[in-house]
Amino acid sequence: MKKKLLSVLLTGVVAAGMLAGCGQDATAQAAAEAAAVSEAVDEAVAEAVVEEAVSEAVDEAVAEAASGELIKVGIINNDPNESGYRTANDADLKAMFNEENGYDASFAYSLKNDEQIAAAQKFIQDEVDYLLLSAADTAGWDSVLQDANDAGISVILFDRTIDADPSLYVASIVSDMAKEGQNAVDWLASQDLDEYNIIHLQGVMGSAAQQGRTGALDEKAAAEDNWNIVKQQTAEWNAEKAQQIVQSVIDSGDKFNVIYAENDDMAKGAVAALDAAGISHGVGKDVIVMGFDCNEWALEELLNGDWNFDQQCNPFQASYIDEIIKKLENGETIDEKVIVMDEKGFDASSISQDDVDTYGI
Amino acid sequence: MSKDSAKGGFWRKLVSHQLFIPLVALILLAVINLIHDPSFFKITLGTNNAGYPALSGSLITILDYGSELAILAIGMTLVTAASGGQDISVGATIAIAGSAMLRVLCGSNSRPDTLAAPIIVGFIVACLAGMACGAFNGMLVAYFKIQPMIATLILFTAGRSIAAWINNNELPIVPDPKFGYFGGFIPGVPIPTTVFIAAACIVVIALVLRFTNLGLYTQAVGINESSSRLNGINPNFIKFITFVILGLCVAVAALIKVSRLSTINYSVIAKDIEMDAILAVALGGNSLAGGKFNMWASILGAYIIQFLTTTLYKFNVSSDALAAYKAIVVIILVVVSAPVFRDWISQFAKRFAKTQKEVG
Repeated sequence: MKKKLLSVLLTGVVAAGMLAGCGQDATAQAAAEAAAVSEAVDEAVAEAVVEEAVSEAVDEAVAEAASGELIKVGIINNDPNESGYRTANDADLKAMFNEENGYDASFAYSLKNDEQIAAAQKFIQDEVDYLLLSAADTAGWDSVLQDANDAGISVILFDRTIDADPSLYVASIVSDMAKEGQNAVDWLASQDLDEYNIIHLQGVMGSAAQQGRTGALDEKAAAEDNWNIVKQQTAEWNAEKAQQIVQSVIDSGDKFNVIYAENDDMAKGAVAALDAAGISHGVGKDVIVMGFDCNEWALEELLNGDWNFDQQCNPFQASYIDEIIKKLENGETIDEKVIVMDEKGFDASSISQDDVDTYGI
Repeated sequence: MSKDSAKGGFWRKLVSHQLFIPLVALILLAVINLIHDPSFFKITLGTNNAGYPALSGSLITILDYGSELAILAIGMTLVTAASGGQDISVGATIAIAGSAMLRVLCGSNSRPDTLAAPIIVGFIVACLAGMACGAFNGMLVAYFKIQPMIATLILFTAGRSIAAWINNNELPIVPDPKFGYFGGFIPGVPIPTTVFIAAACIVVIALVLRFTNLGLYTQAVGINESSSRLNGINPNFIKFITFVILGLCVAVAALIKVSRLSTINYSVIAKDIEMDAILAVALGGNSLAGGKFNMWASILGAYIIQFLTTTLYKFNVSSDALAAYKAIVVIILVVVSAPVFRDWISQFAKRFAKTQKEVG
């Protein structure tokens, strides 16, 4: 008995899930039903009850027609909870791509490349007009983007580049991660330390942000004799892991004077470990702390002089994307395929409250 | 000859003792570290940046970071014993409990200047949230008879999104430095607070097991549900209550996790901790199919896992490869505890004893 009840319950839940998941199917069904009803009305005498149903059906049909004029975009992004950067990025996209601005947007989130590719395939089946993509990993996108092109879908990359033929996408609005890394490394070099002993906390391995930010530092460390990387370890954008890794370096007694963390969260974790061990950090202190992304709280740390440097990674790409889509809709061509956004680096000795308010995310 | 058999009996007893596997693992890790770098065992007294004394060293790190795991292992052991299955949602429910706590402490503002509620209120809310999640899981397992892993898969999948939803996707930062004491140091006390919290949990569970029938009933339900029912125990309620206790452990672990950085990150907080907690139970020599359990072996197992993690970091093993090393440990444990392997070993031992006898 119980089992039967349970299976009925489960079926109900699954059915509800399917309805919620496939909104398109549901509205299509509703439209079909509406059509059936209106046919029925032609034949039959107009009863009051039926009339009501018809007016409802008509309303739905109108809504259906209106949604047909919207530009249908499928947006594949990383998990918005991954970091403050991503939260700001997602909020920016959601503020732009909604019905008020003429878009019918569907969002898919994952930190895993395979899940993102599956989401892309689903969007292609749903026949979106534009596919906006921030890839978790740079590799593996060729075939699915080819499918998108074959289906007449324009692909626009945002935030992250991929290793695919440029003909597969119409535009790419990115942060130049290598330039960000270079900016940070140049700033570090300008500090003119006698010796650089660096703890290098990397992001999720293989992501464009990790590769760009790691590349610049690796190159410099290989070129200069007095630049040593004491520890190079991925903390996967995770503050807890960063804390443990820095703790392990402190426990082993290795000397270091620079924390080069590839995002603010990891820098925060590293600083927590430094604080517990009584190692001073910040402007004019023992250890230089560097972060990326310019979270508001991170810039405040800079303002207090507890950190030394933060490199911006601009999350506000939605207006750029909107502009490109408008151009394409008007039949114009895109002159520049790759649009690199402006990004600044902030030094604790020169940052102001205005900077925190303007650039903090 | 009698001396021989006494000796064999001693060895057999030793090998079959439940603490044998965790202790061997512990000694093995200690020896590896001793050979590699004896300074691993050095503990130094320094001052932290707040100006108070603080102990540091790898052993302190292990005790410190192993705390959450030890606390979770307590609840996971009970769940495993009673239901014969594991709760894989603990990482996600830590996110929920932590998020609920921050929601209460920070109010609707993600960057408040002062606490919106006393810390104790935040903690009580976290406990309620953790226990509610535990009750949800327990209800599915005990009353709807769903496989524990499937039942807890629901919160495993949805938990982190629920946690984000509780705080409107914001990442609140707790302004009060006192909140950081739970995951750091209390001024003037050189031992990490987490060690005291874990010790308190261990004492509480020891008292509960000593003075109540919880341990006995849990094992009875795990060994044979229908015969325990015939003896007047309500197996459904026992299963349910173990999940609620695990929920409480989750809330305490969430307090430590959130306090460490005074903030939360829903997608990565306590990531993969459920696997470590289950591994702790297995490493303690407890059957993952339920029934008899040894709480102390599980807790020891938790610290051994942290020992392993700290050792691997020290050996510069890439942190995304840690899971692979833990997997190797799991494989060894599963093989060693498999009945086929046990039979094979005992047969081998018998034959060995026989040949010795003949030689003698």
